[in-house]
Amino acid sequence: MRDSIVRLEGAAKTFPTPEGLSVTALDAIDLDVDRNEFLTLLGPSGCGKTTLLQAISGFVELDAGRILIDGEDMTTRPPYRRPVNTVFQNYALFPHMTVGENTGYALEVGGVAKSERMKQVAAALDMVGLTGLEGRRPRQLSGGQQQRVALARAIIARPKLLLLDEPLSALDKNLRQSMQIELKTLQSELGISFIFVTHDQQEALTMSDRVAVLSGGRIQQLDTPRNIYDRPNNSFVATFVGASNLFEGQLDNGWLLTSDGTAIRYVPSVGNVSGKARALIRPEQFFISREGRDHPFLDVEVEQLVFVGSSFELFGHTAEGRKVIAEIPAGRRSFVGEVEQTRKARLSYDPAAVHLIRCDADGI
Amino acid sequence: MASDMSLAGRRRVQLALLLTPVSLFFAVFFLGPLTIMIVTSFLAPGLYGGVEWVFYPHNYGRILGFADPAFEVFDPVYLSIFLRSLKIAAFTVIATLFVCYPAAFCIARLSERWKNFCLFLITLPFFTSLIVRLFIWVLILRQTGIVNEALLAGGIIDRPLELIYTDGAIVLGMVYIFIPFMFMPVYASVEKLDWTLVRASLDLGAGPIRTFVRIILPLTAPGIAGGAIIVFIPALGNFVVPAVLGGAKVMMLGNLIEQQFLSARNWPFGSALAMMVMSVMLVLLFIYVVASGRRGADVMN
Repeated sequence: MRDSIVRLEGAAKTFPTPEGLSVTALDAIDLDVDRNEFLTLLGPSGCGKTTLLQAISGFVELDAGRILIDGEDMTTRPPYRRPVNTVFQNYALFPHMTVGENTGYALEVGGVAKSERMKQVAAALDMVGLTGLEGRRPRQLSGGQQQRVALARAIIARPKLLLLDEPLSALDKNLRQSMQIELKTLQSELGISFIFVTHDQQEALTMSDRVAVLSGGRIQQLDTPRNIYDRPNNSFVATFVGASNLFEGQLDNGWLLTSDGTAIRYVPSVGNVSGKARALIRPEQFFISREGRDHPFLDVEVEQLVFVGSSFELFGHTAEGRKVIAEIPAGRRSFVGEVEQTRKARLSYDPAAVHLIRCDADGI
Repeated sequence: MASDMSLAGRRRVQLALLLTPVSLFFAVFFLGPLTIMIVTSFLAPGLYGGVEWVFYPHNYGRILGFADPAFEVFDPVYLSIFLRSLKIAAFTVIATLFVCYPAAFCIARLSERWKNFCLFLITLPFFTSLIVRLFIWVLILRQTGIVNEALLAGGIIDRPLELIYTDGAIVLGMVYIFIPFMFMPVYASVEKLDWTLVRASLDLGAGPIRTFVRIILPLTAPGIAGGAIIVFIPALGNFVVPAVLGGAKVMMLGNLIEQQFLSARNWPFGSALAMMVMSVMLVLLFIYVVASGRRGADVMN
C-alpha cells in the first residue's frame, strides 16, 4: 500500500440549492497525497476544490467515503482534533490579539508553557520574515505581512498537513510571485505536505509537485505540472490550463482532418492511427516562417497582434474561419513588422509537439 | 495646498452647521434643567414646598449618612432603596443578556427575509403603550390572575402564590420592557462576527468552549457592554415598573424621586437622589468610553 499522508476513498458530497435542487460538489473522489508533497487543487469556482479542502480540515461532513490522515480514519473527527492546519483565504487573523498571540494560538490551546511558546513564536515569525513583530496588531500590518502571520500561525504546531485556501489571491502580482517561491521553499524546509487550492493555473504550475485539475466534483487529471500542460487528458484540462488551439477531426495515419478541411500533421503511434480525436497545439508551439517547407503550417489572416512584454500574442483565423492563437517571441521583431504590414502569417509547427486527445476521453 | 485647506475648513463649517440644531436642543433642554437640579440639590427644602436659598448639604447626608442633626437621625432606608435599585437593575441586565445573546446567534444565522421579520417582531411591542403592557402582567401575576388560577385549578397549590408586588415581579417586568434595548446592540455585534475566525480557532485545535471564551466572547463584548449600559441606566431610574408591579411594597429610586417631587414636595431631596442616579451612570459611561477608546486606539495604531 502506498505511504500517503492523506487518502480519500470515494469522498462524496452534495449540497442542496435554494431552488430545491442539489449540486454535486464531490463525486466519489479518490486521492492520495504523498508525504512532503506540494499538491495543488486547480479548478474554476464551483468545481469542488474548496469543498474537498474543507472535507480534509473537517468543516464539511462527507455523505459517503472515508478520509485517512497518516493512516488514521478522520472521517467523523471534528476539525479541532485533526492534525491539519489551514491558511485561510482572507487570513482570518484574530483582530483582538497581537501578532504574537495569533501565532502562538495553536500552542496556547495545546497547553504549551508561555516561555516555550514565546520561543517558538519568535522562531516561526523568523521563518516567515517577520522577526520582532510579536507586539503588533494584525490591522497594523500590510496584506503581505498578514499573509505571513497566517502562515506562521498555521505551521507553528507542526501539523502533518497544511491546507492553503487561495491564500495569495488578495495580494498584488509581484508580491504573489515572490510568495509563491517562498511557499515552495518553506514547504521543502518544513517537510510538511501542502495542499494548495487555487483557480490560477500559473500559480498551480509554478509551485506544485503535482496538480489535480477539478471540474464538476471530479478529478479530471492528477499529474505533474508538465504533463498537465503538455499532455492533458481531455479538452477541459487543455483549455483550463493555458491557452490552447484545439482541432477536432478524424485521424488518418499522421493527419487529422477537420470537417472544414483543415489538416493537422501529427506523429502517429499505436492507438492513434484512426478514429476521432482533438489535436492540441499550444500558442507558443507555433513559429513564424517565410517558406515553411520543413514543417507543416497553417496560413492565417491576422486579426490582432497584442504586445504583452516578453512576446506578442497573435489572434488570427484560417481561410476556413477557424480561430488560432499563436505566441511570437518579442525578439523576432522583423517577423512582427512583416506580419503587421501584410496582416498574414504562416504558422509552422512541429508534428511531434502536437498532442492528441481521444474524443472518448471527452465523452463525445 | 491652499485649496485643500479651504476644503477642510469648509468641511468644518459644514459639520458645525449640521450639529447646531442638536447642540441648541441639548443646551436648552438638557444642560438647563441639569443645572437647575444640581443647584436645587444643595438648597434647603422650604417648609411648604419650594426651596430656601441657603447652602444645605444634608440632602445628600440623608442618603449617605450625615443627616441634618437639627431634624432627624440617619435612617439607612434610602441607602437600602438605592442598593436595591442597583441590584434590580443589575439582575435586569443579566436576565436580558441571558435571553438576548443566544437569540442573537439564532437570528443572525437566518436568511435575510427571516432576519428582518424577527427584527420586526422584536420592535413590535413599541407599537403598544408601555402601561397597557405592564398592566397585562398584573392580570397574569395577581392573586386571582391566570397563573394562580391555573395552578389552583390544577391542584398544584392550595393557596394563591404571592407573585406580584415582589422584587421578582419587578425584574420580570423590567426584563420584559428592556429586552429590545439589550437585543439590538448585542445583535449588531453578533451579526458582525466573522465566522471564519471561529473556523480558524477550531482549525488550530481549540474546542468549542475555548473558541467561545477566546474568540466569540471578546469579539462580541462591545455589543454586550453597550447593551448592558443601555439597559442598566434606564432600569436604575425606572419608576413605572415598580409602581405597577411593585405596588406599595417594593420601592425603587425612581418611585422615591417621583414621590419627593410630587407628594412630599421636597424638591432638594428629590434632586439629590436624582444626582446620585446620575453619578452612577456617569461613572459607568466613563468606564465604557475609556475601555472602548483604548480598543479604538489599539486598532488605530
